[in-house]
Amino acid sequence: MQFSNFAEFIAMDGHGFYVWLSYGFTFAIFVILALFSNARHHATLAHIKRRYNREKKLKQAALEQNQGKR
Amino acid sequence: MSKEIKTSISYRRVFYTVFKRDLTIAFRHKDDIANPLLFFILVVTLFPLGIGPEPNMLARIAPGIIWVAALLATLLSLDRLFKSDHADGSLEQMLLSPSPTFIIVLAKICAHWIISGLPLILISPLLAVLLYLPENAYGALLLTLLIGTPVLSFIGAIGVALTVGVKKGGVLLSLLILPLYIPLLIFATSAIDTAAMNLPYTGQLAIIGALFIGSVTLSPFAVSAALKVSTN
Amino acid sequence: MWKWLHPYANPEKTFHLTEKLTPWFGYLAMILLAVGMTWALLFVPPDYQQGNSFRIFYIHVPSAILSLSVYVAMAIIAFSALVWQLKLADASVAAIAPVGAALTAVALFTGAAWGKPTWGTWWVWDARLTSQLIQLFLYLGVIALHNAFEDKAQGSKAAGILAIVGVVNVPIIKYSVEWWNTLHQGQTVTQIGKPAMTMDMYLPFVVCLFGFVFLISWLICLRFKTELLERNATRPWVKDLVNQTEK
Repeated sequence: MQFSNFAEFIAMDGHGFYVWLSYGFTFAIFVILALFSNARHHATLAHIKRRYNREKKLKQAALEQNQGKR
Repeated sequence: MSKEIKTSISYRRVFYTVFKRDLTIAFRHKDDIANPLLFFILVVTLFPLGIGPEPNMLARIAPGIIWVAALLATLLSLDRLFKSDHADGSLEQMLLSPSPTFIIVLAKICAHWIISGLPLILISPLLAVLLYLPENAYGALLLTLLIGTPVLSFIGAIGVALTVGVKKGGVLLSLLILPLYIPLLIFATSAIDTAAMNLPYTGQLAIIGALFIGSVTLSPFAVSAALKVSTN
Repeated sequence: MWKWLHPYANPEKTFHLTEKLTPWFGYLAMILLAVGMTWALLFVPPDYQQGNSFRIFYIHVPSAILSLSVYVAMAIIAFSALVWQLKLADASVAAIAPVGAALTAVALFTGAAWGKPTWGTWWVWDARLTSQLIQLFLYLGVIALHNAFEDKAQGSKAAGILAIVGVVNVPIIKYSVEWWNTLHQGQTVTQIGKPAMTMDMYLPFVVCLFGFVFLISWLICLRFKTELLERNATRPWVKDLVNQTEK
């Protein structure tokens, strides 16, 4: 352990601002990217599901119509 | 056997035909040549107005201004390289023809350089005078432009070929191409700066020469591949 | 020799493999990064010249190294996509580019934040920084080109060609520190076996580097799965998959 107390850890001999800025930025960028990627994955799944359900409904409707004609 | 001989044309002939065709079309639309050139002159004249007319300051930044303006003017003229051919379908005909795309693309880019690069070189001494460029740097300016503007056309052609199928390709084109122009810009302006200080600038010139050779030999391959993708 | 690779030309098989691997990459990244960052922030002795600002090293260097390797990987994949017409390779180019752009942005930003206390300036126009900036623009260009096309397959092919062309920039960045004498310090980590620093500074770096490797692997796998789903939306296996998640 290089630091004796928490305040010293935050200050880092005056370099604290730069160190925390870099770590904060890195963290923020990757968290944002991860959230976006995750959201897109779920959106894609939902989109495919919606389309699939719509297709199924259309097929059903066409089938019923055909049977009605007969 | 005899049919085969009839349908295949020599590479030199393909090159010459496409080259002449592009030049003829360009000379029929003269404003397409004149407008980028006017743009080049206008951009350069904006700087003394914006920065202030002190000769020392202008002489310092003259190489950068001229080269940046040349980049932008080339970018403006590049749009024409494949767009009209793509619109009227002749581009697809060329890609379908039995002669290699490499030769056709090479001819088109050479014609483009004659139309856009050469006028820039011819007008540049005049602009150098306007910007008080030191007299011993004129040779370097002309030489870097002479070797450098073909590189602009060759690298730019890749970007145009990639964006030819995209509707609003203009902004996208500059986003793709300008980063690739940066090394050339750095070496060209540094050559002119070195020449202004009466130092030998052959090193920078050699690097620009290497860029030239590299782009002439490799970029037509990239352009052909890109055209095949974007015409689909 | 390549027989074991053949099944993975099939999108369904690859999807399931990626699905299996993704959480492991995530766990490994989390563990390694937590260990590495704590080590770097709390236990590494301050550098005798740069003091505590040296701690930025542990994110700056891994992201800078990886931004280059990820680009090379992307270009190789794009090249194989172009030559052998691999549809999966196309999909992975689209998945990799945003992650590479994030890495490059992190490398640039942390470099600026490190430069301020050590050089006294946020930014200098030297070869290393400029070419890294070009790298960021190239990544953004690849992403923009990919998004510009209506047709996904066409877009990723075009983006792939741009990625291959941009490879010229990689050696320029890699050797810029040696070619030009600039403010940017030479490479500290030259060889795996012979680091130019002491072990107590080097070990946490290795941990952080692998943490970053697994982090970007996780991100790329996640995005790759999305791309695969989008491209194969009409296939029966995707429909089955969607139905499974329904219940």
